[in-house]
Amino acid sequence: MIAEIDISLIDWSRAQFALTAFYHWLFVPLTLGLGIIQAVMETIYYKTGDEFWKKTAKFWMKLFGINFAIGVATGLILEFEFGTNWSNYSWFVGDIFGAPLAIEGVVAFFMEATFIAVMFFGWNKVSKGFHLASTWLTIVGATMSAFWILVANGWMQYPTGMNFNPDVVRNEMESFWKVAFSPVALNKFIHTVLSGWVIGAMFVAGISSWYLLKKREIKFALSSIKVAVVFGLIACFFSIWTGDGSASQVAEKQPMKLAAMEGLYEGGEGVNLVGVGILNPGKEEYNDDKDAFLFKIDVPIPKLLSYLSFGKFNAYIPGIKNILDGGYPLKDGNVALSAKEKIEKGKIAVSALADYHKAKADSILYERKADSIKIALTAEINNCETAISEGDTIISQIVTADELFANKKAEITDKIADSRRLLFENFDYFGYGYIKEPKDLIPPVALTFYAFRVMIILGSFLLLLFALSTYLVYKNKFETKRWLQWICLISIFFAIFAGQAGWVVAEVGRQPWAIQDILPTSAAVSNLSTAAVQLTFFIFLALFTILLIAELKIMINAIKKGPQINEQ
Amino acid sequence: MKKSMVNRVIRFYVDGFKSMTIGKTLWLIILIKLFVMFVVLKIFFFPSYLGKFDKPVEKQEYVLNELVQRAK
Repeated sequence: MIAEIDISLIDWSRAQFALTAFYHWLFVPLTLGLGIIQAVMETIYYKTGDEFWKKTAKFWMKLFGINFAIGVATGLILEFEFGTNWSNYSWFVGDIFGAPLAIEGVVAFFMEATFIAVMFFGWNKVSKGFHLASTWLTIVGATMSAFWILVANGWMQYPTGMNFNPDVVRNEMESFWKVAFSPVALNKFIHTVLSGWVIGAMFVAGISSWYLLKKREIKFALSSIKVAVVFGLIACFFSIWTGDGSASQVAEKQPMKLAAMEGLYEGGEGVNLVGVGILNPGKEEYNDDKDAFLFKIDVPIPKLLSYLSFGKFNAYIPGIKNILDGGYPLKDGNVALSAKEKIEKGKIAVSALADYHKAKADSILYERKADSIKIALTAEINNCETAISEGDTIISQIVTADELFANKKAEITDKIADSRRLLFENFDYFGYGYIKEPKDLIPPVALTFYAFRVMIILGSFLLLLFALSTYLVYKNKFETKRWLQWICLISIFFAIFAGQAGWVVAEVGRQPWAIQDILPTSAAVSNLSTAAVQLTFFIFLALFTILLIAELKIMINAIKKGPQINEQ
Repeated sequence: MKKSMVNRVIRFYVDGFKSMTIGKTLWLIILIKLFVMFVVLKIFFFPSYLGKFDKPVEKQEYVLNELVQRAK
């Protein structure tokens, strides 16, 4: 099947990165969500002194430990891939991308590693307060790890706080704070962590429901559900709220991604939000006359997309065609450039970078030539002390040569300054220099559109599920609702699926960019053989699948064994 | 005093590891995973692509050339 598809080096490299990220994101959100829930349970134990809560917290801690152990370091593979498969990218961004990852490695990881030992080994060995603090600090460390990774990702979506240094062909950090606290990074962090909390809450509610279905560990299960569903409800609500903030940032900073998320080819003022729909597979060109949808139902609040994007019901939202054709008004009052104009500017920027380096090399060459000629002439004048007229001739040659060299030097200096100016005037469009045709700027619309719907629909469903479960569990009616227990159990997969769909929207929707507008994947990828990337793709597939099977097997055994709490 | 503190920390870890049940399996998985990642994958399949150049200036020239050529 795969052999029939013409898959290029870029696609395989992207597929490999996506595969690694997918698997990594199976482990991370559970760590983040389950970590908070077990810490809350231990806090209840600390406050009440009730041994039941200690045992409850310890059971979830055991599952946390299994997930943590299997998932730990899987993210490092992504860093291997940067160095091997995305070497141009790694060089181009080095310092900026390196700093958050280094902080993640040194501070957050060691914080996690230190306190996790106390959390697992410290029961009855350290004070209750110190143990509780260690549990919280473990999860704070894990969350800080996520923060720095998402700062790096946020920078790729919205590059800020850097200056391009043409001398070393890489970006350098101008402001650490602008990188670390860019609005995109902050929103991404909060939204992503909250989605992890939702997954953790659903996991606890789902596994607890399984115990209820099996009619065992009833008190443990209901108590766990009481904590999980309230936590899940709050996390889900704020996740949707921050998701809205995320979408408005996308509207402003990545309009093509928003257009793909909505399957919007022709934009305008007062645009509706698509609820559900089926895209027309027959629409082959962005500028053909075919309808984008075979069928669609808008959310029954008119002009909602405009409102959610810019806070105004009549705000203008560009579609894919508008973005490529340009000419529409931007928020800052300027008129949007067309894709062709951006490509032209990008080509000027790349060409200026080449000219800058050539002029610099010429400058060094002429300096050397000038020096060697001056040395030769000076040596000659030293050898003709008696013949004054001959010496005068050589001196006049030196003067002439000096003038020539000065003129040439001025010419080269001008070239360096001109190319540098051209580069910086057009650097915002640098990545467009690699785009062959405007249509290459369109991300995979169908995948982005459907993934967005999956995330929204599942997220909304989970919000309702948490709300209903909260109501029933606190009314002491949850235990008898077997259908709800089944739904909670199955919804563990829905929560995981919603999180993965969110990443698809974020990453597929920003194609073709590795760094938004600055570097496309076609320029970022290393010049490896496709076969080598295919090989490592399947190695990872095997490795991660083995790890996942190991996790599931160990975890299922631990769940079957249960918390072993005497509930009498 | 210092030695006693170090001993207590070592004892804390030794006792912790000894009392592990499921943790022993997990540690085995972690160690195998780290071996596969750092000894097999990193060395044989994921060398630094630009590591073939000794000096930063050579890396810079290579990337510059790549960036310029790919735009053509």
